[in-house]
Amino acid sequence: MDTIFFLILRRMRAPLLTLIVVYAVAMAGMALIPGQDAEGHPAQVSLFHAFYFVSYMSTTIGFGELPNAFTDAQRLWVSGSVFFTVAVWIYAIGNLIALLQDVTLQRAIAERRFRGRVRGLSRPFYLICGYGQTGSALVRGLTDRHLQAVVIDIDPDRINLLQLDNQREFVPALCADARSPATLESAGMSHPMCRGVVALTNVNEANLKIAIASKLLRPEVKVICRADSHEVEANMASFGTDHIYDPFDAFALYIATAIQAPCQTLLVDWLSGFGGEALSEPRYPPAKGRWVICGYGRFGKAMYQHLKDQGFELSVIEASPHRTGIPPEGVVHGRGTEAVTLEQAEIRRSVGLVAGTDHDADNLSIIMTALELNPDLFVIARENHIQNQHLFDRVGAHAIMNPSTIIANRIRIRLVTPLLAEFTTLARFQDEGWASQLVSRIVALVDERMPYVWEVTLDREEAFALHDPEMGRLPVTLGTLLRDPMDRDLRLRAIPLLLIRDDERILLPDLDDRVEFGDRLLFCGWEEAHRRMDWILQNIHALRYVATGEARRDGPVWRRIAAWQRPR
Amino acid sequence: MNPEKVVFGFFIVLALTLNFGFFVGELDNPNHHHAWELFAVVVVNMIATVLKFGDRSQIGAVLLSTSLVAMLQLIAATLVWTFAVYATDAGMTESIMASVVSLSGGAMIANVVSVVLLVVETVMLRR
Repeated sequence: MDTIFFLILRRMRAPLLTLIVVYAVAMAGMALIPGQDAEGHPAQVSLFHAFYFVSYMSTTIGFGELPNAFTDAQRLWVSGSVFFTVAVWIYAIGNLIALLQDVTLQRAIAERRFRGRVRGLSRPFYLICGYGQTGSALVRGLTDRHLQAVVIDIDPDRINLLQLDNQREFVPALCADARSPATLESAGMSHPMCRGVVALTNVNEANLKIAIASKLLRPEVKVICRADSHEVEANMASFGTDHIYDPFDAFALYIATAIQAPCQTLLVDWLSGFGGEALSEPRYPPAKGRWVICGYGRFGKAMYQHLKDQGFELSVIEASPHRTGIPPEGVVHGRGTEAVTLEQAEIRRSVGLVAGTDHDADNLSIIMTALELNPDLFVIARENHIQNQHLFDRVGAHAIMNPSTIIANRIRIRLVTPLLAEFTTLARFQDEGWASQLVSRIVALVDERMPYVWEVTLDREEAFALHDPEMGRLPVTLGTLLRDPMDRDLRLRAIPLLLIRDDERILLPDLDDRVEFGDRLLFCGWEEAHRRMDWILQNIHALRYVATGEARRDGPVWRRIAAWQRPR
Repeated sequence: MNPEKVVFGFFIVLALTLNFGFFVGELDNPNHHHAWELFAVVVVNMIATVLKFGDRSQIGAVLLSTSLVAMLQLIAATLVWTFAVYATDAGMTESIMASVVSLSGGAMIANVVSVVLLVVETVMLRR
């Protein structure tokens, strides 16, 4: 890639050489031809004056004759050289500017700058391949939590879009093919700060290649992939890809859980949402009855599988069953957009509808027709393009499945708060009563806004105050960390969700539990509570105050004033 | 025979010979060093420098750097000369002549290195 610079230098030779030669000849001529001064004495133009004259002759034609008026012989020479020098000047300068605007050179410069920026990253970062709907949502989620991201995409328009998007952190981006290992390398895959590679392109094969390349070149880096088919998923898993997300399967599983445990689903929804947004309402999908699935593609199949496992009666509508395969129950032939097909699938007797074709207009039309026939349906809509968000919001669907948002959300949680992913898994084993109790605690805590979720590792970096030997003797419990450093009688508005000590996982730890160095904690609550807790964890004085209640005067001046006050 | 190499070698050697021609003579005697010679040295050196652009090899890079050194010295020499003649009242004195010539002497060393490298490269090609 450095070749391009040498190539450009090589191509600059001809214009520069002509420029030098023509200037030299014009200057020599000016200096050689005998001249006269004002009184008619012979006066030679010196080389310096010749250079001065030639340099402004070629760039501007409106000039005087310097230092003396020219003789006719000199004028003859000048009139010839004007045409040559001006022409050569335009040729050379035009050529040089064209070279600098060369597309390949521009790309080479952009790539070099990008590599420099990536090399200069000093904080942990994630390499994200593909800046589509999923990629942009993920980058936003990461930068909102002040995590670094590096982006590669093959489409220059998307890279331009990234530069227009208002990110909280600087995101280096390069327009290149992520399938080539050299690109991944220059995007920092071998950088010691690279924490993970996320492959989110819309081509399965590209994601597969990225996963293979990163596992071969940097086995210890976490690799997270999007996969749209089970084959690719199995292939990725075979060589140790850390996390593979299939949006259709993930959503189908989500709905299945929502049917069984609506409260638990609500809890997970709230914790994994963006802190500060309005709280979502719980959804109660019908627990028994007949479901109609329109479209038996990847999403339809996943929904079919999970609903079947729950023991629902199902009927499937598919326009081209010979391509997608036919479920054991048989299939109603058609698109589902007409009332006839829906009637055939017994929509009036059904409790739920899945509009799962890969065509947004069809899905909207299916929902509208079906709701006319049976207004009590629980409707799940597949939204393929995020632009159609408003239409889906209006059509009256109870759950909207957008593949990109689902994946972006899952990966964001996995990267930003890995403990939350752990918490979600543990919460699956708890019953509904436990979940609804926690939900009501959260409602009381955050009034109508999504809770902010954060995790703390009690190490030197994140809990400097606890590291202090003097603090080792203080009785620091979880309750201590949850006291307000402004007034220790007040409690920070946060709930501890999970504590991990060595290999032990404690769900909803008790406030009287002592915290130890090396513990990992997950909290939810107010964003302000996070800031105050950081204060306690970093500042020895704040920690001493919340732990013991004494606020000493600790600066040298204050100590002196205290000593002076005491005798009185 | 590669005509490009002929032109290349010609200009590099010419840069050295012209430079030597300007340099010889009494150091501070203006009669021994003519302005036109310096002009020719500067022009030929410029051409030699541009010819060395865009060579990826290690030796090409060193050749370019010697040429850049020579250009730096020669441009300094011409600037000193021009300033002395046009911007000072004393005009061309012996001490200024001496510094102009010694600057061009430095450029000559760079040109000698250039030619030596050229010869080395040629010899290495033969083997």
